[in-house]
Order: sequence, then structure tokens, then C-alpha cells
Amino acid sequence: MKTYVARRLLALVPTLFFASLIVFVTVRLIPGDVIDLMLSQNDVSASKLTRDQLIAALGLDKPMWEQYALWMGGILFRGDFGQSLWQNVPVSELLLARMPITLELGFLALIVALTVAIPIGVYSAIRQDTPGDYVARSFSILMLAVPSFWTGTMVMVFPSIWWGWSPEVRFVPFMEDPIQNLKQMILPAIILGTALSAVSMRLTRTMMLEALRQDYIRTAWAKGLSERLVVSRHALRNALIPVVTLIGVQAPLLIGGAVIMEQIFVIPGMGLLLLDAVYQRDYPIITGVFLVVGVAIMLLNLLIDLSYGLLDPKVRYR
Amino acid sequence: MASASETGTIRRRGLLATFLVRLFKEKPLGAAGAIIFLLFLFCGIFADFLAPYGMNQISPLNRLKPPSWQHPFGTDNLGRDMLSRCLYGAQLSVIIGFCAAGLATIISVVLGILTGYLGGRFDMLSQRFADAWMSFPDLIILIVVVSVLGPGMPQIIGTLGLLLGIAGSRIIRSAVITVRENMYVHAAQSVGARTPRILWRHILPNVMPPIIVLFTTRVGTVILAESGLSFLGLGVPPPAPPWGGMLSGSGRTFMFQGPWLALAPGLCLTLVVYSTNMFGDALRDLLDPRMRGSR
Repeated sequence: MKTYVARRLLALVPTLFFASLIVFVTVRLIPGDVIDLMLSQNDVSASKLTRDQLIAALGLDKPMWEQYALWMGGILFRGDFGQSLWQNVPVSELLLARMPITLELGFLALIVALTVAIPIGVYSAIRQDTPGDYVARSFSILMLAVPSFWTGTMVMVFPSIWWGWSPEVRFVPFMEDPIQNLKQMILPAIILGTALSAVSMRLTRTMMLEALRQDYIRTAWAKGLSERLVVSRHALRNALIPVVTLIGVQAPLLIGGAVIMEQIFVIPGMGLLLLDAVYQRDYPIITGVFLVVGVAIMLLNLLIDLSYGLLDPKVRYR
Repeated sequence: MASASETGTIRRRGLLATFLVRLFKEKPLGAAGAIIFLLFLFCGIFADFLAPYGMNQISPLNRLKPPSWQHPFGTDNLGRDMLSRCLYGAQLSVIIGFCAAGLATIISVVLGILTGYLGGRFDMLSQRFADAWMSFPDLIILIVVVSVLGPGMPQIIGTLGLLLGIAGSRIIRSAVITVRENMYVHAAQSVGARTPRILWRHILPNVMPPIIVLFTTRVGTVILAESGLSFLGLGVPPPAPPWGGMLSGSGRTFMFQGPWLALAPGLCLTLVVYSTNMFGDALRDLLDPRMRGSR
């Protein structure tokens, strides 16, 4: 196990390096005229930057490799993601303040997704080809196609027309007032969660069908176990392992969806931070969010890989 | 020679016909998806002829009219006909969907065949790169690229093509790895065929089924991703009417007076993505049993 973890961590090193390179190179594509544009925008605000200062703040005045080394070194050794161009705050501070909010939204959405997907997937499998199975499957295929920003928009518009009720858009931190916080978070979490549940529902169904045809299930039936026990103890435990992997695969979709939900429901998470930064062309913030999101997803996938040992006794790490 | 090519065409037509029969018999939902998809293509290609009004034809007297015979989808806050705007939105979606999905498929095929067939250190490095690339959410990469290069169709097509292309190369790669071990490939190798010839004549034709499936499902993915970007105001800039953009921006404030503004673009989007999913699923089951159950 220990050597496996060590090897897995080692394999992460080149991936992380490539990730940082992707972030670095993408943002370094800034054409020169954007700098002029930023300068003209900056004229309006209080603190004036000269062209050279701005180029220096973006780190564009040094050779490429040196820029990369300075940037990476700052993050690795000092946790320094640079300074916001217009807000005069360290980017790391903004990231730390906004990250928990997006994580909360993502976590709630994941819970919704799994509580929708697993029971329906299991039901669909044990009652294969019944009307209930067809309804569940059609629903999941439909959920794949409905864009979550459309559902979100309709949730904002229609209840207020019909009943004069509109969703909460005033953000309160969880620590201050958990109930008020959840009131705002629960709707976007449900929308995001049901959209994501479609794929896990289909996978749960497929894996359950496969598991239910195994010999050990026949043995369990032959022993005279109840259906509840056969399904939950014997079939589901084996069927769920690929579903856990899917969580890792879906994590990017979850974060991407969170950006849209944060915009609709005015939740000040990483997504809104990123969008505001894009509208203001605050590149240090953009770079910071970009890198943090990618690394977080990689670490999540690592954790999932490591968790197989707990879920599946057949897995032996070599 | 003439007779050989003749029999070839007859056999191919036979294949297509049997495929269509199987599609309609075994996969009615997939056939429905194919029909909706063709309808969408038709609307997109002939939007200029089909649209009763121009996409930006403003008519102040007809502001926020509910759906009627004159305006089946209603009109928006500037009096523009929503049906026409949806049709032009379909045109944008067709262009972006096909260009980006086509680009993505080409990238997937080239990368997938090279990494899958050649293997070795190049394969290992490129897999690590794909790992890193795929752990960034598509939407976030799109947002960052647009923040750097500005919004516009070529940027969106290029980025989505690259994004989905690298992600899809995994699927082609795994198909190539199984084909690579077939006897006819070893035979070609031992006869001394050059690598490009083997790739072109032996590997490529045998990984066609996953390539076709990949392209079909990618069209839907691209359209969905583009509309998400347009919804955030970072897609194809106005006055062009992308479906996602019609659901956001100025339209959103008027939806409370004209709820039909929120319905038409969303319905179009859902229907098109649904049809590509259904058609793609059916194609996968009919053409490529190996990919069944994957996404």
C-alpha cells in the first residue's frame, strides 16, 4: 500500500508539471493590444499604472523560463499567487475566501446526485424492463440533454410569475447562519445534482445488472436471503466501485456547472471570482483560479484511486 | 476493374440500407434522434430561407408579444421575432457544432492512432499531458481562453476542438491498441509494410466505428458547451443570436414580462442535444458493441 501511494504520488509529478505549464502558456498568450486595452480601462479607476508597471505586474518583462520559475517558485514556497491587478489584495487571500463556498456547492450537488442516482439505478436494474425502469431511463437521458443554465433560468423566472416567489440570492456564510445559507445553496445544488445524476444512474443500473448475474448472487438467493440483503450487501457493494470512479470523472463537469450556478444564483464562489476577473481582465486571479481548480480535481482523482482499497477487498496494491 | 468497383458500390449501398433498417427496427429512439438531428441540420443550413423575419429586425410596435400565428415563438423586448432568432441560432450551432466536432475528431484520430500504435515514451508523456489537460473543466478552459483572446467564433471552435480532441484521443487510442494486436497487422508488419501504410490501410479502417460515434456525440457536447459560454456572455458576441446567449443578458430581465423568451431557446437546445445523444447511443450499439455502456 505504502509503495503504491508513493508511486501514485510520483506519477502525479509530471501531470502537475504539465498542468502548471498549460495554465502558464494559456495566459501568456495575451496579445499586446490587450495590454493597451487594460491600460485604457485602468484610466477610469483610481490607481494609475504605467504600461511598464502593468507589464511588470503581469511578469511579461522577463524571459519565458524565468517568468515560469518565478511564478511556480512563489506558489510552491510561499503560497504566493501574485497580486490582484485592480483590487490590491493577494490572489491567495481571494482564493481562500471563495474556495469553501464552491466546495460546499459542489459537495451538496454531489450528495443530491448520488441520492437520486443510486436508488433509481438500483430500482431500474432489479425491475429491468418494467414501466418503472423505462420511466427512470427516459428521465436520465432527458436530464443529460437539459442544460442546467436553462433549468436555473426557469427556476428564477417561473415561480416568481406564478406565485410571486423567487429564490434567495443574498449570500450568508454557512458559519454565520447555516439555515439561511442552505436556503440559497439548496436550489442550485439540486439543479446541478440532478443534471449530474443521469450518468451515474445509468452506470449504477449497468453495473447492478452485471453484478446480479454473477454466481455469488445465485448462491445468496439459494441460501434463502431476502431480496433486500442480496441487493444491498452482495450486489450493490460490487456495483458501486465504478460509480465512485465516475465521481472523479465528473468532477470537472461539477466545477464547470458550479460556475454557471454561481452566476445565476449570485453565489460568491470561485466561479463568480473567475467571471468577475475575466470581465475586468484581472489575469493573476484568472491564473490562480485556473491552477487551483485543475490541481484540486487531480488530487480528488488520486484520493478516489486510493479509496479502492477500502471499497474493494479484491484490490491489492502492488 | 469496372466490375470490381461496381460490386463495391452495390455492397456499400446494401450496408447502408441494412443499417437504416436495423436503426429503425432495433433503436426507434435512436431513429427519432436521427430525424430530429436531420431536421436541425436542415433548419440550420436553410435558416436564411426559412426565417420569416431577419434575426435583428427590430419592430418597436411588436415588443414582447406572446406567441401567435404571426410570431409562433413570440417576440422579444426589441420586437424581434423569436422563431427567426432561434433559426439563426440553429445556424450558429450547426457551424460551431460541426467545425469543432470535426476538428476534435481529427485531433483525436491523429493523436489516438499515433500514441496507440507507436506506444513507448511518446505515449507515456502524452498520456500524462492528457491527464493534466482533462483535469481542467472544459468551461473553465474556455473562459480563460476567451479572457485572453477575446470572444469570437474561431477561438471557440479552436479551443473546443482541441479540448475534446485531446479527451477523445483516449477512446481512439484504446481502440487502436486492440486492433494493433490483430493477425493482419502483424502480417503487414512482417511483409515489411511501412508504418504510415499500416496506419492508413489497416488501423484506420478498423477504428472507424468509434470515430463515427465520437463525432456524433461530440456535436451535442460542443453545442452544449458553446451555449454555456454564450450564457455567461463570453460566447459569440451580439448581435448574433446563439441559443445560450438568448437565455441571458438583456433577455433575462424581460423574461418576467415575457416568459416565452425563456422557453424557445432552451427547448431547441434540449431537443438537439437529446437527439445527438440518442442517435449517438444507437450508433454505438449498432456499430461498436465494445463501447456499449460507456459515455
